[in-house]
Amino acid sequence: MSTLDIRGLTATVAGKQILNGIDLTISSGEVHAVMGPNGAGKSTLSAVIMGKPGYTVTGGQVLLDGVDMLALPTWKRAAAGLHLVMQYPTEVPGVQLDAMLAEALRDRGREKDVATLGATLRAEAGRINFDEKFLDRALNVDLSGGEKKRNETLQMSVLKPKIAILDELDSGLDVDALRDCARRVMDATREDNLGALVITHYSRLLEELRPSRVHILVKGRIVQSGGPELADVLERDGYATFSATFSA
Amino acid sequence: MPVLTPDMVRSSGASWPDVRSSALARAAAAPFPTTDLEHWRYSRIDELDLARFAPADTPSTVTGGGADAVITRVATSAASADASFTRLFPSNVHDLELFAALNLAHMDVIVVSVAANKVVSEPVVITHQLGGSGKAFFPRVVVEAGRNSEVTVVERFVSPDGDALLVVPVLDVRAEQAARVRYLGINELGTSSWLIGDQQSSGDRDSDTLLATVALGGDYARVSTAARLIGQGGNTRQVALYFAGGTQMHDFRTLQEHVSPRTTSDLLFKGAVQDTAKSVYTGLIKIHKDAKGSAAFQTNRNLTLSHGAWAESVPNLDIETNDVKCSHASTVGPIDEEQLFYLESRGVRPDVAQRLVVLGFFDEVLAQLPVGELATSLRAQVSRKLAIGEQS
Repeated sequence: MSTLDIRGLTATVAGKQILNGIDLTISSGEVHAVMGPNGAGKSTLSAVIMGKPGYTVTGGQVLLDGVDMLALPTWKRAAAGLHLVMQYPTEVPGVQLDAMLAEALRDRGREKDVATLGATLRAEAGRINFDEKFLDRALNVDLSGGEKKRNETLQMSVLKPKIAILDELDSGLDVDALRDCARRVMDATREDNLGALVITHYSRLLEELRPSRVHILVKGRIVQSGGPELADVLERDGYATFSATFSA
Repeated sequence: MPVLTPDMVRSSGASWPDVRSSALARAAAAPFPTTDLEHWRYSRIDELDLARFAPADTPSTVTGGGADAVITRVATSAASADASFTRLFPSNVHDLELFAALNLAHMDVIVVSVAANKVVSEPVVITHQLGGSGKAFFPRVVVEAGRNSEVTVVERFVSPDGDALLVVPVLDVRAEQAARVRYLGINELGTSSWLIGDQQSSGDRDSDTLLATVALGGDYARVSTAARLIGQGGNTRQVALYFAGGTQMHDFRTLQEHVSPRTTSDLLFKGAVQDTAKSVYTGLIKIHKDAKGSAAFQTNRNLTLSHGAWAESVPNLDIETNDVKCSHASTVGPIDEEQLFYLESRGVRPDVAQRLVVLGFFDEVLAQLPVGELATSLRAQVSRKLAIGEQS
């Protein structure tokens, strides 16, 4: 049982305050959705949790099972069990998927998993209908939007993090790929007890990736939290209602 | 002290009668280059004192090739040579620059000849195992590929780290009609060795030449390459991987010269510098008036891996006709931060992430090397060199 505890997190980008005090707690096996309009700070939240350069944390804490993630470099946060599925996965020319995963597993002391990596990759690729020919491509090079997200999901399945942050999993991919990726994440919550923080703009994704909790992020703050029904309210009324709540 | 003077070589009695002695006279008369000359701008030529070196026979081994590759060797110390070989050397030595003249005067010649329609499937591997501080070596490799023939030549330069020696190699590739010539030069010299090299290829009608370079060694290593397309429909490619560390400097000059119509050339040079190392790439695409319908591409990319490292990239175009397709691109900069973050966000250690990204950067060149089997060991050498850079 693991818990990611975000407390009063504030952050700036290029001197501009983007996160205004985020409080969120996600535990193993749970799916939480963070929904918000453009510019609410959704991508900043995922970047700050993972330690992306260019973002400055000005206050608060990010604790994974009590360990302060903000004090660790990015690779140690990942090794501790955090994983970021990126909205726009970076192309890394000449670096093969299996080479990177082998190093990532090695740095976690999972030598045994390195030995079986090839078989694991093929099995996991099959589960999400990711064509095996893409396994030999350099990372994200010459992949379509859907293939990139399948590739991101594949990596998550192999690395088996405790908590995964999925940043706009639904952007740039077709309905089939969305379903394949979302189902794999749901499976992981059951099989591996994964906790998932799903960051999204649209409620469409939540038809496949069913959250137990929904949080509305507006102007860098969670303005309302509730059950899955909150997504339905959002679908019906839009973000305006919540923006008004926040302003008032 | 023996020095590189005409008298010295004359007294050794070891010259080919005409070519060598006239080259010697030219070497004595040729001005010593300075960095004021465009061709030597950025170079470390000012540091070179030829008086500190004495010419020596080049210890070379030749393996591979098989029956269809005819190898002829003529050492510096040979008293005479077959007169028919003079066709392989420049007849007019009066315009030669200093190092071209020095090579011609002192050369140890290896000629690789392939008759028309012969395909040499096994690469010819020439290894210059150099050693001895104060020695100067002048290997000259001539590749003569007959009509519709095919050959691959690998030339390796090796020396121990401490030996302050000078090597002035010349490569001369002649591809006749429809011949396919692939060449790979590997600089694995020690960190005190100097290399000032000159490469030229001429490609006749429908020929296809590849000149590849991997430079890891040397204190100062400069290679000037001119690929000329003299017959229509000819194609030439140049690729290079260079990686300088410590206080090394790699210096490249390239020329893609289109003389005839419908010729194509492509160039990809990728380099990295770490510690306080330096690199220079200066490339020119020259398209003559008659070379209509030609296409020429040139890409140079450089990674600066340390704050103290320095890389310069200078692409140039000289085009005398409108009917051409040309492009050039050049970049100098540190490793992409987003790429490192991507790998680190998967839990890859920063030093390993950097190694993966740099190796990935070079992969594009390694994949194009003419002898694929060598790519693995060269990749490992790059990897080891990166590790040394991290520790310093």
